[in-house]
Amino acid sequence: MKATFKIWRQEGGDAEGQFRLYDVDGLTEDMSFLEALDHLNEQLVQRNENVIAFEYDCREGICGQCGVFINGRAHGPNDAMTTCQVHMRSFKDGELIVVEPWRAAAFPIIKDLVVDRSALDRIIEHGGYISAKTGTAPEANAILIAKDKADKAMDAAACIGCGACVASCKNASAALFTSAKINHLNNLPQGKQEASKRVLEMTRQMELEGFGSCTFTGACEVECPEGISIINIAEMNASRIKAKWLE
Amino acid sequence: MLDPKIPRGPLEHKWRNYQTDSQLINPANKKKLNIIVVGSGLAGAGASATLAELGYNVQCFCYQDSARRAHSVAAQGGINAAKNYQHDGDSIWRMFYDTLKGGDFRSREANVYRLAELSAPLIDHFVQQGVPFAREYGGVLVNRSFGGVQVQRTFYARGQTGQQLLLAAYAQLYKMKRAKKVTLFTRHEMMDLVLINGKARGIIARDLVTGQLKRFVADAVILATGGYSRVFRLSTLAIGCNATAIWKTHKRGAYFAAPSFTQIHPTALPQTSEAQSKLTLMSESLRNDGRIWVPKKKDDNRKPEAIPEEERDYYLERRYPSFGNLAPRDVASRAAKERIDSGYGVGRLKNAVYLDFKHAIERLGLKTVRDRYGNLFKMYQKITGVNAYDEPMQISPAAHFSMGGLWVDYELMTTIPGLYAIGECNFSDHGANRLGANSLLQASIDGYFILPNTINNFLANCLHEGSQTTEHEAFEKIEIQVENHIKKLLMVNGTKTVDHFHRELGKIMWQQCAMSRNKKGLTKAIIQITAIQDSFWKEVKVTGRNNEMNTELEKALRLADFLELALLMCTDALEREESCGAHFREEYQTEEGEALRNDQDYAYVSAWEHNHGEFKLHKEALTFDNLKPIVRSYK
Repeated sequence: MKATFKIWRQEGGDAEGQFRLYDVDGLTEDMSFLEALDHLNEQLVQRNENVIAFEYDCREGICGQCGVFINGRAHGPNDAMTTCQVHMRSFKDGELIVVEPWRAAAFPIIKDLVVDRSALDRIIEHGGYISAKTGTAPEANAILIAKDKADKAMDAAACIGCGACVASCKNASAALFTSAKINHLNNLPQGKQEASKRVLEMTRQMELEGFGSCTFTGACEVECPEGISIINIAEMNASRIKAKWLE
Repeated sequence: MLDPKIPRGPLEHKWRNYQTDSQLINPANKKKLNIIVVGSGLAGAGASATLAELGYNVQCFCYQDSARRAHSVAAQGGINAAKNYQHDGDSIWRMFYDTLKGGDFRSREANVYRLAELSAPLIDHFVQQGVPFAREYGGVLVNRSFGGVQVQRTFYARGQTGQQLLLAAYAQLYKMKRAKKVTLFTRHEMMDLVLINGKARGIIARDLVTGQLKRFVADAVILATGGYSRVFRLSTLAIGCNATAIWKTHKRGAYFAAPSFTQIHPTALPQTSEAQSKLTLMSESLRNDGRIWVPKKKDDNRKPEAIPEEERDYYLERRYPSFGNLAPRDVASRAAKERIDSGYGVGRLKNAVYLDFKHAIERLGLKTVRDRYGNLFKMYQKITGVNAYDEPMQISPAAHFSMGGLWVDYELMTTIPGLYAIGECNFSDHGANRLGANSLLQASIDGYFILPNTINNFLANCLHEGSQTTEHEAFEKIEIQVENHIKKLLMVNGTKTVDHFHRELGKIMWQQCAMSRNKKGLTKAIIQITAIQDSFWKEVKVTGRNNEMNTELEKALRLADFLELALLMCTDALEREESCGAHFREEYQTEEGEALRNDQDYAYVSAWEHNHGEFKLHKEALTFDNLKPIVRSYK
């Protein structure tokens, strides 16, 4: 199988970037998309060129480190998949495959397809936790949580922090990411104590990081590999208004 | 003989006695002490957060872009705890027994008992931190069973238990970052350890964005760097998982225990091509309801649904009637290999066996099966394009967990004073085989509960020694060594890629040092690996520079260490002339093909000193005062 990759190359954050074309032969349908890039990088080394920098770690769709635009879509052509789960059978033989990094003001480019997503960590840092020290926990079954509540918290908690929601949003909003964490914790009795503070602080940090506002287009939900619903954003907005009143 | 520093008293009182006897440090003094933690997985993040809560100043390092990526995230099935919520006869003692037996009596009684003892409070901890564990309708926690065990003691959050535990630890870590008690260094990789007066006092790390080498000083160094099964290249591990930190500290004097004890997981997806970089794991929990089989006829090319019941060989149920499909991992992997090697394998490359849910769907209904395993079936479809509700999954064994690691005593300290190893990178609790759902448990307990208590004995004495700075000549010396190592690698400028050498190494390790080993093969492997190592340093090509983000250079540096570690693994496997757990030496088996342990001669932990590459064996005798070693039978 053959493909032509059109890949964004950029030496560093301040450097000017450009697309470059690479014809790649010797691919198979069973290869994952990232293995195809590995294969291309091996060829680049043989040609004495610098390899393309791209991110990955677990390569099984859970760590959230991979993530690029493939043919204009975050994480490639399939629904509910991370970049590492895309296989070459998703493309036609000889297809032109355009690969770009996430683009958002809050995600500056480090090199080629690698961006800095630490803004998401800083949102978590501002309340995406339960303030309890190790060693202070009560007996686990002393806290009863109905199955539907626990399931709902788990739906939101499934976020892998890849940033596809931000990259897909025309405003580069991190509302889906932020609301998922807020709703995971605020829906549980353990998280109730700090619920108002959490929603205020995390949303404030989200704005400080330079993410855009949410205009509810739903693009994020479509691209989320974990299928996290935009209802989370609505709930976050409602609880934020409520928390502001109470403040 | 090595002294593991086991505390006084009967097994049930040892941990309590240890805590009673250990030194304390007052809060004002804790503020003066600095600790380096390398790794941000469950062990590293748990330790960093807890140490910071206690008042220490923590510097935490990870090579990924965020602490949330650490490979603990990928553990699917669950975490064990002796809560006895299911009223099925579980207890701390029963869990201790299962774990020690599961490890084939090659681990320390006192450590294993402590693991079981601390399991119940750990579940309390994670619930408090907001982990959305599975619940019954009435609101209490649910359990399921896991391989090698006859009670239900596994807690889970769908098929994403590792992710949910890690995210709780990561959140707690960031809480302490906000409190300015933790400084986080993401995209930094530890390159070497700095010793001053024989004690671990700092590290040299490479900033993966700029390539700059940086010095970090502390009063103690904790490694929480995970497993090293990427030495096989194809494994269930994340691509970045590596042995560099533990290998470099091993070369500086830390003993390496049981390096060859590697768990081969029975339920991964089979390899489909030479270019493959990773074998994806399907949670072992699937074996709760799925049935494993191969056709009774060799080279049967019929579709699975066309093969009638009486022509299917449910070989685990046949060989191990009491545990059946829930036989422990090493037993299940070896049984799969036996069938595949005998020509009964299925799939395009005949390298797989079937894992079938047909009966489970008939018995439980589609909805229940979907509830329990839905996300795993989805994952299977994403990777293979096959709907496993309609036809059986194809699975195959893959390199998974490293039971081996740096030798640590009861305090989790290595043989270098002030250097600790926690989580998968140490050798402590799993012996020769780890039970399913004990890995998240060990990583968490080491980080949250054990280390924050045991580090006091060492740190209490550091207060008198005063602080060091990175200006010390030891830092200068090691930094230059690291720099020269990197320069040497870039200067080879050969013709072959890093991956080329990694593939070569992986093939040899998989053939000779995985599920089944023998003297001839291991001896040959040592010669072959030495040759690969030789040609690596003559023919490898790494493009790009040192002082920039250079992913190819990162890979090359990691592989250089894997090549050295592989030699130690083969040496270790060769030395142990018995079969135990995952270590199966073909020369030592029963007539029925089961592992033949030799307690007379090998009831010890092999702890290897690097000794400039002339590996020297030290032994820690294993005594079993509470449980008589029995033949591990799952029949």
